[in-house]
Amino acid sequence: MHKLTLAQQAKALAAKQISSEELTRHYIDRIEAHDGQLNSFITVLAEQAIEQAKQADADRHQTSVLKGIPIALKDLFCSDGTATTCGSKMLDNFVAPYDATVVKKLKQAGVVTLGKTNMDEFAMGSSSESSFYGAVKNPWDTSRVPGGSSGGSAVAVAARLASASLGTDTGGSIRQPAALCGITGLKPTYGRVSRYGMIAYASSLDQGGPMAVTAEDCAYLLQTMAGHDDKDSTSVDLPVPDYVADLEQTVKGMRIGMPKEFFEQGLDSEIAAHIQHACEVLTSLGCEIKPISLPNAELAIAAYYVIAPAEASSNLSRYDGARYGYRCQNPRDLEDMYSRSRSEAFGEEVKRRIMIGTYALSAGYYDAYYIKAQKIRRLISQDYSQAFAEVDAVLSPTAPTTAFKINEKSDDPVTMYLSDIFTIGVNLAGLPGLSVPIGLQSGLPVGMQLVSNYFKEDVILRLAHQYQQQTSHHLQIPASFE
Amino acid sequence: MALTNDDVLYIAKLANLQLGDSQVYQYKRELTRILDFVEQMNSVNVDHVEPMAHPQEMMQPLRADVITEFNQRAKFQAIAPATQDGLYLVPKVIE
Amino acid sequence: MQWETVIGLEIHCQLNTQTKIFSGAATAYGAEPNTQACEVSLALPGVLPVLNKEVVRKAVMFGLAIHADIAEHSVFERKNYFYPDLPKAYQISQLEKPIVEHGQLDIMLDDGTPKTIGITRAHLEEDAGKSLHDDFDGMTGIDLNRAGTPLIEIVSEPDLRSAREAVAYMRKIHAIVQYLDISDGNMQEGSFRCDANVSVRPKGETKLGTRTELKNINSFRFVERAINYEVERQIEVLESGGRVVQETRLYDADDDSTRSMRSKEEANDYRYFPDPDLLPVVLDASLLAELQANMPELPEQKQQRFLEVYGLSVDDAQQLTATRAMAEFFEQVLAQQSLPAKLVANWVLGEFSAALNQNAIEVADSPVNAERLATLLLRISDNTLSSKSAKQVFQALWNGTQSVDQIIAEQGLEQMSDTGELETIIQQVVAANPQQVAQYRAGKDKVFGFFVGQVMKATKGKANPQQVNQILKQKLS
Repeated sequence: MHKLTLAQQAKALAAKQISSEELTRHYIDRIEAHDGQLNSFITVLAEQAIEQAKQADADRHQTSVLKGIPIALKDLFCSDGTATTCGSKMLDNFVAPYDATVVKKLKQAGVVTLGKTNMDEFAMGSSSESSFYGAVKNPWDTSRVPGGSSGGSAVAVAARLASASLGTDTGGSIRQPAALCGITGLKPTYGRVSRYGMIAYASSLDQGGPMAVTAEDCAYLLQTMAGHDDKDSTSVDLPVPDYVADLEQTVKGMRIGMPKEFFEQGLDSEIAAHIQHACEVLTSLGCEIKPISLPNAELAIAAYYVIAPAEASSNLSRYDGARYGYRCQNPRDLEDMYSRSRSEAFGEEVKRRIMIGTYALSAGYYDAYYIKAQKIRRLISQDYSQAFAEVDAVLSPTAPTTAFKINEKSDDPVTMYLSDIFTIGVNLAGLPGLSVPIGLQSGLPVGMQLVSNYFKEDVILRLAHQYQQQTSHHLQIPASFE
Repeated sequence: MALTNDDVLYIAKLANLQLGDSQVYQYKRELTRILDFVEQMNSVNVDHVEPMAHPQEMMQPLRADVITEFNQRAKFQAIAPATQDGLYLVPKVIE
Repeated sequence: MQWETVIGLEIHCQLNTQTKIFSGAATAYGAEPNTQACEVSLALPGVLPVLNKEVVRKAVMFGLAIHADIAEHSVFERKNYFYPDLPKAYQISQLEKPIVEHGQLDIMLDDGTPKTIGITRAHLEEDAGKSLHDDFDGMTGIDLNRAGTPLIEIVSEPDLRSAREAVAYMRKIHAIVQYLDISDGNMQEGSFRCDANVSVRPKGETKLGTRTELKNINSFRFVERAINYEVERQIEVLESGGRVVQETRLYDADDDSTRSMRSKEEANDYRYFPDPDLLPVVLDASLLAELQANMPELPEQKQQRFLEVYGLSVDDAQQLTATRAMAEFFEQVLAQQSLPAKLVANWVLGEFSAALNQNAIEVADSPVNAERLATLLLRISDNTLSSKSAKQVFQALWNGTQSVDQIIAEQGLEQMSDTGELETIIQQVVAANPQQVAQYRAGKDKVFGFFVGQVMKATKGKANPQQVNQILKQKLS
């Protein structure tokens, strides 16, 4: 059952060939069997999931495609009555008292929630090593990282412990782990999916999105997740197109740009070769591949590591031990409660980013760092606008390398930051981006990133879907988890 | 941009983080490394560029002035570290 | 040395919306602690703000009332600091691009000349919760019901030169927000409070002296006292060779003094930046036009109308329009009955206002409503009551539920209006006092008063004094 895609499972459920309860129990069994070595879940909601599955089965006449599909949520989506930790000791005891808008929508569609997945603490990281609940392991090689920060969500899908999952992407946190784990992951346009109830890291960059086996599965999930939310001022009030129906449209004549800056220097030659093969498939489908330029692309990481920490430093100030979350033992006075609770409960990377962000906003440095970064953000955004005047999509590797070893990059934060070079500009511009598996290199997955213009998720979903009709990389399952 | 110990302590104070002596040194090193990296931003002239705060050029939607939220105190305070008589309790402020 | 006082006021005015500035939680005063603290008010992880439309409308109305520039594009920023009554550890406020800038209003000085006071800006922000420092085993209790209540902070230029001017300015702003119905202006409940920036400098000096900030003053009386105390304190410090320290001071009403709160020399580094959860507030022209077209009458316009329509004196018109409630009450009384405006003005500003003050209540809570007062005044204008008995009736109205006519009948206060009866009585009085008649006729005018007294005594005060005078003169001549 777990070898079926979400779309296939949905058909089988609709045809009553399988029940949601069977499917859900199957995944729960797999989680029990395998997650000990992967650590992809923080919370498994076995009983609740079976309850939801039974309800879905009882209610089969209703037409939602996702009804009874068991998925996993990154542990920063608040779901009422469920522990929501954000991978942090700070929220270890936090039981969310409300539903995120996306969670509400999925519940209404009858989706079954298997559990909450592990992640870099407060979504800050590219390796899923910084979780309070321990590092997540890559199912293709458990000595390696799955990428991050949505590492648990990527692993749960890659090891077929869930039909699909939700992640969030602030600088590549859906796409990079999707690439490193060999699955398909979509970061929608900023504003396409409500952020309400999604614990914030960097508000102007965060966006939730689906992670699944196929682009088609992502389309089904996005269909349900997307749309305006009265509770999120930054969510966009635009109609949601029929992503699933659009998948079958032809990609013939589509123009795809390859930014020369991403291919010029130092790109791993094997990754370059995989990209070359993928391009050939797209060309065979009638796409036209052409070089483009994103002249300011190399500044993206620098700008990001000012903007994201600045916003984070403010967003994470609410964790003060007063109303929920961790409070230190026997605080002497108020100041002591604040500083000790925060110091004891935040991990190193979180503190580092809070410190950087605080500095970038502080008196005398605001213009030199924050304002400058926002200006560079505009340049990067303008580069993409110019590109989309010429092409329908921009293609590159998702990550500069395949999955690296656990602890390999944890010494030097800047080296870790560089692994987001291809993904971060997309967040700064607020564009939709998707990663698809395009093969294995020394047994480790390689991902290709496709980026389209604002609200053109249909374009990259269609390209990815058509590509997946011609290839089977996305269907490969790590041997130990078949 | 090399930070001093005082810089690090000042930032930590603003951020309400407690640092031990060894951590001050560690943060000084790491933050300086990150700031050096971020210096790249100075390689391009942005004098005439408008800062971009949001990905989309949108305007703030306005909500009708209608009560939509009702008392959930019991639920919200069930996850609080300390409450009494409906109040959240925190240690006294020392001015 | 001659000193000059320089004052700027920052007035925090809660807007009287149903719900909070960024969430749909109620803003009602006096609810049980934290029962109006929703997800957003508590800053739970993952929550987001959405701006209340009424808040924008009310801020724009205020801007129009003070002839200010209304920003087409205003921006919310985060002001970051940790405090238990500030759950997000940042206050959403406006710094660089406030919604209202560069306004002004006129105040009336004690000598009757007007003075224009500049208003630097008026920006939107959210109120904080409340800390209760009662003893909870040595802890502080936090109530977040107030957190997120919309505020408009009105910042004046340092144009005020005395505590009296500061109070006049504050009263004027208070009147305006009530006329606009954008705030209940309730100072006891903290809906309208003020910080004063006070400094002194030698007369003739153009540079500003070092200022102190007096925090959270919540009555007109205290504003005047706190500033006066602070001015004296600063002058004393300077004259004894010291220097004023820039700091925040708290006014203590109990011993009428100010004391230092915490030194502001180590200024807080608030790390303002645009709130990424909110977008620029763009005012569309139609909203602006709609608000402009529907602006309610403001104090000065009402005053002008009272002069023109009712022929009141400048003084009466000014006093009546000092608060919206009083002005409206005046017009409600007039609307009940056909009455001389002057009579109504005298009573509203006289007996009625005195009773309100004495009982320390607002117009809305008065036991004598417009209808009852109008009936009373009607009985004066139709000569049923003398103004002396009318005061007696007013007291009875204030203290009871009987109608005007019931009180008159019960207490037998009706004026004697039958001329024949009065003439008979006067005839009897004249006849009974021949000696005094002789004196009067001999030119001793003072004796006239004696006759009036006798007539009044005989009629138990119910005679109309004018009538008495008239008939007496006839009979004595």
